[in-house]
Amino acid sequence: MDDVFSNFDLVLKAFALTIELLVVSALTSLVLGTLLAAFRVGPISVLAKAGTLYVNLVRNTPLLMIFIFVFIAMPELELNIENFFVKGCLALTVYTSAFVCEAIRSGINSVSLGQAEASRAVGFTFVQSMRHVILPQALRAVVPPLASVLIALAKNTSVAAAFGLLEATARMRYFTNNNADARPEIFITFAIGYIIIVEVLSAGAIGLERRWKVAR
Amino acid sequence: MNKWFGDLHVLQDINLSIKQGEVVVVIGPSGSGKSTLCRAINRLETINDGHISLDGQPLPEEGKQLAQLRAEVGMVFQSFNLFAHKTILENVTLGPIRVRKQKKEDAERRAKELLDRVGVGQQANKYPAQLSGGQQQRVAIARALAMDPKVMLFDEPTSALDPEMIKEVLDVMVDLAERGMTMVVVTHEMGFARTAANRVVFMAEGQIVEENTPEEFFTNPQSDRAKDFLGKILKH
Ligand SMILES: Nc1ncnc2c1ncn2[C@@H]1O[C@H](COP(=O)(O)OP(=O)(O)OP(=O)(O)O)[C@@H](O)[C@H]1O
Ligand SMILES: [Mg+2]
Repeated sequence: MDDVFSNFDLVLKAFALTIELLVVSALTSLVLGTLLAAFRVGPISVLAKAGTLYVNLVRNTPLLMIFIFVFIAMPELELNIENFFVKGCLALTVYTSAFVCEAIRSGINSVSLGQAEASRAVGFTFVQSMRHVILPQALRAVVPPLASVLIALAKNTSVAAAFGLLEATARMRYFTNNNADARPEIFITFAIGYIIIVEVLSAGAIGLERRWKVAR
Repeated sequence: MNKWFGDLHVLQDINLSIKQGEVVVVIGPSGSGKSTLCRAINRLETINDGHISLDGQPLPEEGKQLAQLRAEVGMVFQSFNLFAHKTILENVTLGPIRVRKQKKEDAERRAKELLDRVGVGQQANKYPAQLSGGQQQRVAIARALAMDPKVMLFDEPTSALDPEMIKEVLDVMVDLAERGMTMVVVTHEMGFARTAANRVVFMAEGQIVEENTPEEFFTNPQSDRAKDFLGKILKH
């Protein structure tokens, strides 16, 4: 355990990388997932079908396989990305965006059809209607499922440990390998780190929900 | 024009022209296609053949031009459909600001005038859920008017309302008719048809069966189906 405390900067650095993976992948997944959701509910049938295909393909593939694809198969297809961090974010985004898409789509479907019709009748284009009428209302319904998706993402960043990214889980393995006598303590220390991250996400979600409820 | 929902021939050889400033009441039994007709006029429903023109222009197929066309056609729904996350004032200004690109102050000034005109000026900062049905429907009318539409479509605007609220909405509609608005109104309110309409169009099973002045239609219906229908609604 002394090893951990005397090298606590390494623990913090590892969690910093975990958080970076989380934040970057969360942002890109939110953007891509929202776009996919718009495709799926939108009027252009080619895009709707492409969105559906993507979601079905990705949701039914284990995250580990997507990592293997990005880190091992893509280089063989001459699609190599040098930066490991970017590769990690790519794999996480591909996976998470499918879940974001479904969370947002269920939110969109919770907004009554009448709202979309009224906005079309006023003369909004599809994009305007999404932006000003549907999404603002959908987002309220979407906060709890989206929070679950982001919490899953926070934990899924640990898969990157197997691919040369020294984030929290990789660092934990490193410590446990060198300190066989204190494995449970080391484990608990790192678990607390993850718990803190997840609690912050939950608190954020609860805060947003509360704020938007008052705004109505 | 013609329209099918699968095998159901919901609009059958509909041929209807409406003059500027005319008020047309569409009446008929449930399922006869009145809503579908109304919705086809601003292309919320597509038609399978035939054509619809507004002010001499055929309805655009889709995209920006279609959105522009819809801005010229006001629509009032049975279930109000106010934007639930916006205040009353924002409901009325959203279209003018985003579609007509008006300045916020101008849009708000006009919105307040319209809300006063329909008698809900005091409610401007509330949310739709805080208003009664009758108030919400009058806001919906103000929202449509704010776009300066060439024609207004009403699909059973009072049938979701309690009796004591029906009059306040009809009064606003009569006022609109008197100001020369071109209107297509699906309604069973004979009082409104008699005071405000120039013409009654009677539909049954996807067809226009009879057209006449309100007085003639209600006192002297020609077709058996119209007689039968009027017999039923008059009993209530
Ligand atoms: N989206 C749809 N898909 C399939 N059938 C539909 C659809 N919308 C309406 N219909 C059918 O088309 C017919 C006409 O419907 P419409 O709503 O136009 O009737 P209506 O005259 O407005 O009736 P009501 O007085 O009950 O409002 C009905 O038989 C209805 O079931
Ligand atoms: Mg109807």
